[in-house]
Amino acid sequence: MFEYLGDRLSKAIQNIKKMGRITEDNIQDAMREIRMALLEADVNYQVVKEFVNKVKEKALGAEVSKSLRPDELFIKIVKDELIDLLGNDQSQLETSKNPTLLMLVGLQGSGKTTTAGKLANYLRKKKSKKPLLVACDIYRPAAISQLKDIGSSLNIPVYEEGIKDPLDIIKNALEYAKTNQYDYIIIDTAGRLHIDEQLMNELKNIATTYNPSEILLVLDAMMGQDAINVINGFNEALNLTGCILTKLDGNTKGGVALSVRYLTNVPIKFVGDGEKLDNLSEFYPVRMAERILDMGDIMGIAEKVEGIISEEEAINQTKRMQSGKFDLEDFLQTFKQIKKLGPLENIIKLLPQARKMGLNDIHIDPKQMAHIEAIILSMTPYERRHPEILKASRKQRIAKGSGRSVEEVNRLLNQFEEMKKMMKMMKNGQMKLPF
Amino acid sequence: MGLFNKLKNIIKKTDEEKEQLNLYDKGLEKTRKEFVSKLNLLGIKYTKISEQYFEELENLLIMADIGVNTVFDFMEKLRNRVKKENISDTKYLTEVIIDELFIIYVDEGNLTDKLNEAPSGPTIILMVGVNGVGKTTTIAKLAYKYKNLGKKVLMIGADTFRAGAVAQLKLWSEKVGCDFIGKEKTDPSGVIYDGLEYALKNDIDLVLIDTAGRLQNKVNLMNELEKMNRVIGKIIPNAPHETLLVIDATTGQNAIMQAEAFKNITNITGIVLTKLDGTAKGGIVLAIKQSVKLPVKFVGLGEGIEDLQPFDIESYIYGLFKDMV
Repeated sequence: MFEYLGDRLSKAIQNIKKMGRITEDNIQDAMREIRMALLEADVNYQVVKEFVNKVKEKALGAEVSKSLRPDELFIKIVKDELIDLLGNDQSQLETSKNPTLLMLVGLQGSGKTTTAGKLANYLRKKKSKKPLLVACDIYRPAAISQLKDIGSSLNIPVYEEGIKDPLDIIKNALEYAKTNQYDYIIIDTAGRLHIDEQLMNELKNIATTYNPSEILLVLDAMMGQDAINVINGFNEALNLTGCILTKLDGNTKGGVALSVRYLTNVPIKFVGDGEKLDNLSEFYPVRMAERILDMGDIMGIAEKVEGIISEEEAINQTKRMQSGKFDLEDFLQTFKQIKKLGPLENIIKLLPQARKMGLNDIHIDPKQMAHIEAIILSMTPYERRHPEILKASRKQRIAKGSGRSVEEVNRLLNQFEEMKKMMKMMKNGQMKLPF
Repeated sequence: MGLFNKLKNIIKKTDEEKEQLNLYDKGLEKTRKEFVSKLNLLGIKYTKISEQYFEELENLLIMADIGVNTVFDFMEKLRNRVKKENISDTKYLTEVIIDELFIIYVDEGNLTDKLNEAPSGPTIILMVGVNGVGKTTTIAKLAYKYKNLGKKVLMIGADTFRAGAVAQLKLWSEKVGCDFIGKEKTDPSGVIYDGLEYALKNDIDLVLIDTAGRLQNKVNLMNELEKMNRVIGKIIPNAPHETLLVIDATTGQNAIMQAEAFKNITNITGIVLTKLDGTAKGGIVLAIKQSVKLPVKFVGLGEGIEDLQPFDIESYIYGLFKDMV
């Protein structure tokens, strides 16, 4: 998301860098760039105005210390103010009641049903809970079957009674959850406009009757300036406990993240950042601010890797890498684990300065990844352990077996050799990791 | 002819046209109330043009999602006109504002809201757009509209990616009473192939193809769209006759990127702007018209199956500014 701010900012602060201190004159460009970047990211107009004024005020009043250059100081002020906008602390999901009732609300098309699935998956996988999905979108054609499809792909049960009054469905779902010892109940409601009184009343009724622990607004990160009307509409009717920002992958700049907390005090609890049902992350204001400023999100990478690659395995492989014994068999294992992380682009973007290195627009073709795997799988285990024995006839056999060309087999082997060299260099301290 | 004369002419239009305007009116009512009252209030607050007036006007336009660059260009133009024509009265400027907004859209032509129909055989319309913008519902509305015009309509459910998408479209086809071909979890191009064969065999007039909501930077999903186009063109030369990009009126600046990205990989012929019945202003279509040169062909003004209207910039602006005439 809006990496552009980092980019624009680094250009704009060149002026400040040359100066000994921050003056109204030398931050003018930077302030204009920040304003444009925020507006282009759909941050609420009012928020932009106040943010820009605050940064300016603090920057002009700030004392340049020995430890920080003026440009560093300026970036620090921007970062602190961003964190302030985003809400300082990470906001946890309510867990006090048993079963805990979570209700998802939002406009049509914001991604409620998919998010319900992601949330259930998150609760089971990361929190070891037993979630139950409840289908209460009785209006959109096939919404119930969509939730059921998602549930069955996750192997998480979906409670549904077809098209019935949601109040009755929830009542029965609660009983069902109690007898079957589910500790989380996630209600998927129908999408509606915040100004549709009749449908908003339906939600109010559910809220007053069952008093959910969390009422979460599912919000499309691509929303424009109208977002504030939507958030206020839902918040006034339902007293939201939090917000889940969806569709934050892609080129979405997601400025709405900066507006929500500041204007309504509703915290963002999760962020949906991909199409897969694993793609839901807890929202951390500091990390988000660092990402906006292109400082990377190493913690985010660590968390994605966690649970997919076991620590033991990771240590083992690092050892092999360092000892120079890393062979194609190890490579294949690493490769398989990386594949589990989902699209690599999403991970690479979290690296510090990814944008500067031109990595943010990188495209990794999943087909190419599949080809590499096919080539390695066409080798015998002995060949994988001893790639140096691969000569013309073996290579031809491997090419045939994988349906690729001998050139591709050669390219892979060359790349693998290069990689091994790099690993040795890293071990010998001749080369540092980019972070 | 100034916009105001145009607006006045609209009021004199036939009953049928008036009815269409009323529908616009109803859908845009909340939008209009908010924007017009704010613009009017601004004129009352500042009778004379000042820096504060300009600043608040800029705020209003940005809040309408017209697009940051478009707004900044627009403000510059407006300031120049004010200087050149020596305008000081905000009441007169209000007229200039509407006029200039109108010009943003009509500039460089390409305004037709007519669908390009096949001279013979079925007309193929491919619907594309990101997740959740209302593609499936829009297809239902279009099918309903053309069925009522006596056309034989086929829906093809080629969104084989999102869970439940094919089922959703199938239910709509039953409601509308039109033919349907679709299958989940298969190659979408294969589904399209089957659907088009069916269309040729059964003398279908209009084929509406639903595709998966693909985020615009997902290369492999984009490749899939290219493949669909190849398949369609192979079975029916010169098809698709229209490729409509569906855009959600609540979308901000990202809509411009959506339009650019889709236009780069496929021949988008127009836009359907959905969800205009909320409080969103959908002003981004002005920016899209200006930068990507894509006209809006239809607008969705509600959840009812009949709530789809051909886009007409005059009606659109009339809906936004009626109170001021």
